[in-house]
Amino acid sequence: MSQRTLLRGGRLVDPASGHDGVADVLLDGAVVAEVGPGLEAAGAKQVDCGGLVVCPGFVDLHVHLREPGREDAETIETGSRAAALGGYTAVCPMPNTDPVADNAGVVEMVAARGRQVGLVDVFPVGAVTLGQRGVELAELGAMARSAAAVDCFSDDGHPIREARLLRLALEYARAFDAVVADHAEDASLTDGAQMHEGEVSATLGLAGWPAAAEEMVVARDLLLAELTGGRLHLCHVSTGGAVELVRAAKARGVRVTAEAAPQHFTLTDDTVRSYDPVFKVNPPLREKADVEAVRQGLADGTLDAIATDHAPHAREDKEVEWSAAPPGMLGLETALGLAVAELVGPGYLELPAAIERLTAGPARCRRLPGHGGPVTPGAPANLTVLDPAARWTVDRARLASRARNTPFHGRELTGRVVHTLLRGAFTVRDGKAQR
Amino acid sequence: MLRDASIPTGLGAFLMSGRTVVMDAADVHRALVRIAHEVVERNKGTDGLVVVGIHTRGVPLAGRLAAKLTEIEGRPVPAGAVDVAMYRDDIGMRPPHATHDTHLPFDLAGTVVVLVDDVLYTGRTVRAALDALTDFGRPRAIQLAVLVDRGHRELPLRADYVGKNLPTAADQAVRVQLQETDGSDGVVIESAPRKAVAS
Amino acid sequence: MINTKHLLSAADLTAGEITRVLDTAAHLAKVTDRAIKKVPTLRGRTVCNLFFEDSTRTRISFELAAKRLSADVINFSAKGSSVSKGESLKDTAITLEAMGVDAIVIRHGASGAPWRLAEWVQAVVVNAGDGTHEHPTQALLDLYTMRQRFPSFEGLRVAIVGDVLHSRVARSNVLALTTMGAEVTLVAPPTLLPARVDAWAVAVSYDLDAVLPKQDVVMMLRVQLERQRAGFFPSMREYARLYGLDARRLDAMADHAIVMHPGPMNRGVEIAADVADSLERSVIADQVANGISVRMALLYLLLGGPPEGFGEPRRGAPMGRPEGFGEPRGGAPMGRPEGFGEPRGGAPMGREVTA
Repeated sequence: MSQRTLLRGGRLVDPASGHDGVADVLLDGAVVAEVGPGLEAAGAKQVDCGGLVVCPGFVDLHVHLREPGREDAETIETGSRAAALGGYTAVCPMPNTDPVADNAGVVEMVAARGRQVGLVDVFPVGAVTLGQRGVELAELGAMARSAAAVDCFSDDGHPIREARLLRLALEYARAFDAVVADHAEDASLTDGAQMHEGEVSATLGLAGWPAAAEEMVVARDLLLAELTGGRLHLCHVSTGGAVELVRAAKARGVRVTAEAAPQHFTLTDDTVRSYDPVFKVNPPLREKADVEAVRQGLADGTLDAIATDHAPHAREDKEVEWSAAPPGMLGLETALGLAVAELVGPGYLELPAAIERLTAGPARCRRLPGHGGPVTPGAPANLTVLDPAARWTVDRARLASRARNTPFHGRELTGRVVHTLLRGAFTVRDGKAQR
Repeated sequence: MLRDASIPTGLGAFLMSGRTVVMDAADVHRALVRIAHEVVERNKGTDGLVVVGIHTRGVPLAGRLAAKLTEIEGRPVPAGAVDVAMYRDDIGMRPPHATHDTHLPFDLAGTVVVLVDDVLYTGRTVRAALDALTDFGRPRAIQLAVLVDRGHRELPLRADYVGKNLPTAADQAVRVQLQETDGSDGVVIESAPRKAVAS
Repeated sequence: MINTKHLLSAADLTAGEITRVLDTAAHLAKVTDRAIKKVPTLRGRTVCNLFFEDSTRTRISFELAAKRLSADVINFSAKGSSVSKGESLKDTAITLEAMGVDAIVIRHGASGAPWRLAEWVQAVVVNAGDGTHEHPTQALLDLYTMRQRFPSFEGLRVAIVGDVLHSRVARSNVLALTTMGAEVTLVAPPTLLPARVDAWAVAVSYDLDAVLPKQDVVMMLRVQLERQRAGFFPSMREYARLYGLDARRLDAMADHAIVMHPGPMNRGVEIAADVADSLERSVIADQVANGISVRMALLYLLLGGPPEGFGEPRRGAPMGRPEGFGEPRGGAPMGRPEGFGEPRGGAPMGREVTA
């Protein structure tokens, strides 16, 4: 006899079905049984969701879980916990682990460990090239056909330098209906770069990463997507020019999806003046105009998804001088709060659209069965219940992530996860992880 | 608001408030002349004598004293200036003092230095000046001339030549004004605002 | 009175504070001329030179400055030591903190390192050069040198010529000079200027010959060989031809104009060999003497105040009391001055002595 749970009286926001209104959601075991107002549910565990929003569990297309190889920074377990607390029911860890996830063995191991931990569904991203060295294609087929069922490949962290190789990848991946997600950066222009190239870098004496270095490669990738008919996804879009290029390409009918990270719609390169490497990230924090363009891009759907690029680093790795620090910021536990505070609050998006960028939007970018909605009878009960008005202040000491490198420490955010359910079971209840 | 400067300052301190002129320009001049004669008398002339003023107001006073000594004896008495900022004993306890030039255009060896300051109070400035001078050379003797001695010594020092003895309360301020620095000569006592004090 | 706890950037000082530093340096310059080249001012304080990059000249300058103020000096040369592998800047900071140093003078190859250090220690931090970012004490000593020859900075025409992009000396000088009202022109090939230099309060020119005759001060920056290797300009020869100071250009300068160089000079590149020979001695002599005076002034102004930093209420006389207004009060003096109460071999105080 499976457990029935009634999520009662919440505002059900389900972008995949267009639902936005007060409704009860009845869960039976691992699936959604019924959705509607005033449901009868004798014997069901009642969860009062009055004043809260019920929506599909969030999907993060771009995280770094550091396992295998850098378990001192994060593990699949601690990362899953952080994800669940952030309202996520699915995450896609990037392959830049040690060993690199460029074969069936590693991706299966990562997926299996995720299942074992059981706090989120883990859908590994496989490397495009062996060792992410950008020279030879990895066995995309083996990874696609493995138990991990990888349908997204990326050399994230490294740009794919040769157009020829990206072309081959886009073409070859078509056989598996897989997506190639590119980290757009022209390495020759960013050699030695430490931050965005602009007024701030000129003053701070730090070598700069010009916006053009991202935009050049975005333009190249879009042309190759058009040429090959392959599926392209653009990681962490950060500049106004890049958003423009994607907008124009989509208008032309190019098969491209794109994501943006919360830091790129919130912070600017001004923060670097502190020289605190917690603000060091790749692509770097840009100028106000770029932040505005990313917000607009998310607003009009040019950018399909919010993806955190959650990048934990061991404390001692970030407590160094700027040039010695690795780039990367935490993101899983602050994404919702930033989306509401920085996008919904100032009026760039309504709440349902913001939730779409966290759920149905990412679910469109690759195959993530059971995630992103719609919340309809028979669908797996991967749900998030959140308080869209809750204000809270980020305290890095109280994050579930093993690492502490959040640039948002001390910042007040709006919107907090109350419950997260993975296939009907609470992974987070009243803001506390259940495992 | 001026009061009669002859009100005894001991008891008078209790009664006074605000600003009291205790020496006017004529008083200052007379004091310096008398000090000059005392210097000559004690040192049996001005042979080997130099006058060194402690920044800030000791410097113009030293200049005047040296000029007077020169006039009395008919032979030049050199004047110099010493800055004590680097020698203070309260370094690290208050914001760094502004610095000034130390100018000693003579060899100190074997000289008698008449050190000049406007007000002698705790004695700490003079102590610092003695240390500063000693880093420049070894005078035969150092004598101290001050325009005003207001008491409250915290070190075992006394002046050899005093323009005016002025016992004061700790919460009073003694202000010396000089033509060269303030536009006119005079010595003024300022009292702090009265508070109720238990007897 | 300077209102900053540390000296990390030339922008930390207002025009009034820069003037105060330069005035104090002028007074302290005299210490070098005395028989006893020392004042007791910072007795009992410890200054640590934390140099992650070689720089004998700067390090010795700071060391002498501290010693002339009677401070104790410890030298930590991190190049090739435990620091290069394993022990991080933070670990070093914690060690120094535990040793109780009062000030840390840091030179580091990473821009921003002094800012990080300042977060990890209680001591006063002085930036002796961080990466390609700033070198504020160099700028102050450059300004001091200029002030010895020119009465005012207001409207003073200063050209900074060379690899501005990678120069911490240039950045600090631009900040300090513009604070003081000077008119700064940067002259360099476009590749050696920072990307958004248009946002700086300076004029920019690619033509040295056009700019030179109008300048009061011409500051030549070092150009390093690796910049040519990295392709910032095609050859050293072309660089020298377009941007080098040779005898012809020296002649084209105004009679009253001076040439400055942060040292050491690259003969044949930014400065022609014959010009270097005649200039080197005077420029370097200025550098050395002025460097010590300016650094003495800075150490005095940064360390001569109460340890908790400025802006806190103080006992006794409020700030800025004119001299002569009573004498310093407060608690017990910091240690007894030498010789106090003991015969110094001279006259005990207050009594005459016959030799």
